[in-house]
Amino acid sequence: MSSSKKGLGSILFGPVFDNNPIALQMLGICSALAVTTKMDKSLTMCLAVIAVTAVSSAAISAIRSFIPGSIRIIVQMTIIASMVIIVDQVLKAFVYDVSKELSVFVGLIITNCIVMGRAEGFAMSNNVRDSFVDGVGNGLGYSVVLMAVAFFRELFGSWSLFGYQLVSDEFKREFTQGLMLQSPSAFFLIGAFIWVLRTAKPAQIEKA
Amino acid sequence: MSLDLISFDDAMRLFLKAAFVENLALVFFLGMCTFIAISKDVKTAIGLGFAVVVVQAITIPANNLIDYYFLRPGAISESVDLSFLRLISFIGVIAAMVQILEMVLEKYAPALFNALGIFLPLITVNCAILGGSLFMIERSYGFVESTIYGVGSGFGWAVAIVVLAAIREKMKYSDVPAGLRGLGITFVTIGLIALGFLAFSGI
Repeated sequence: MSSSKKGLGSILFGPVFDNNPIALQMLGICSALAVTTKMDKSLTMCLAVIAVTAVSSAAISAIRSFIPGSIRIIVQMTIIASMVIIVDQVLKAFVYDVSKELSVFVGLIITNCIVMGRAEGFAMSNNVRDSFVDGVGNGLGYSVVLMAVAFFRELFGSWSLFGYQLVSDEFKREFTQGLMLQSPSAFFLIGAFIWVLRTAKPAQIEKA
Repeated sequence: MSLDLISFDDAMRLFLKAAFVENLALVFFLGMCTFIAISKDVKTAIGLGFAVVVVQAITIPANNLIDYYFLRPGAISESVDLSFLRLISFIGVIAAMVQILEMVLEKYAPALFNALGIFLPLITVNCAILGGSLFMIERSYGFVESTIYGVGSGFGWAVAIVVLAAIREKMKYSDVPAGLRGLGITFVTIGLIALGFLAFSGI
């Protein structure tokens, strides 16, 4: 309950810098990393996650006093799943190509631990406005990591950003690092990201 | 019934592909939360891995039947397309199956229940399970194929988590740079395992 006394600013930006859900709580990377080979794909994914987290948190918060404790997980799951279906249908209707490329990963937002975690951890005990902002904030925190990984993978994997090729074809042929488009590079990049973050904030270092 | 019998060759190919080439954990990053949280010792990892195989082998064919008879466009009548209900019904089926499996095991195989007990509820929110069902739809597998795919993908996930747990057990004795300790070095390790699994893409 103490978090409801915090200002909106700290609810919004806390999860981005101080309390980033991916880097610190290792939540929500399941459905995310596979879409980081291109920045435009990841951007769509980030927007989808922000929308789902924010709206489902707000919806759950609005009915939180009517949800019986014993079936709350199922209720939360249903609300989140409905939100994801709406997002999925919107993507199919307006950006069909991107939605095809994202394939199953939009659906997997349902099992994204961040969405569930915020619903259970924040929305159940805070008012609608704070829950919405908290959802946006956690979605943003997730987006920062995702876009950073996508930046490096697209830059070194295909020498382009958002689909615009930055170098000549000849340079690309000679220096392209195909491994960056494969899955191991994402794990290495996340590992490096955590290392940098924890070196900057020694309080986060785990005991050996 | 979408019983499309496939040759033994194709079945083996599908199994190996699901387990190694398209490993859910290492290639598609699915089930990462549990993958990292429950891989601190080999014994627990084996238990969780086994539970994932069982649940995958049941839910993917079950979802296949539900999709074939109710949800695919034209399943109920020519003009009805319920495919937008796939996500919500699959997650419901998975939650229900896990619950039923838990009750059946408790009654008829208490030893197994005690071994798997704590992992079963965790599996409902494991993205590898929902991901498996969604891949089954995307690649339009038939009933037999989805059963093989279920077992194969579960097996691949189990192998990956056991390997990671074995490495992490040994890593307790190594001197890791302070910032990388715990989570960081685990990601680097998974990256190296994934690199090894890339070699399977040749077969």
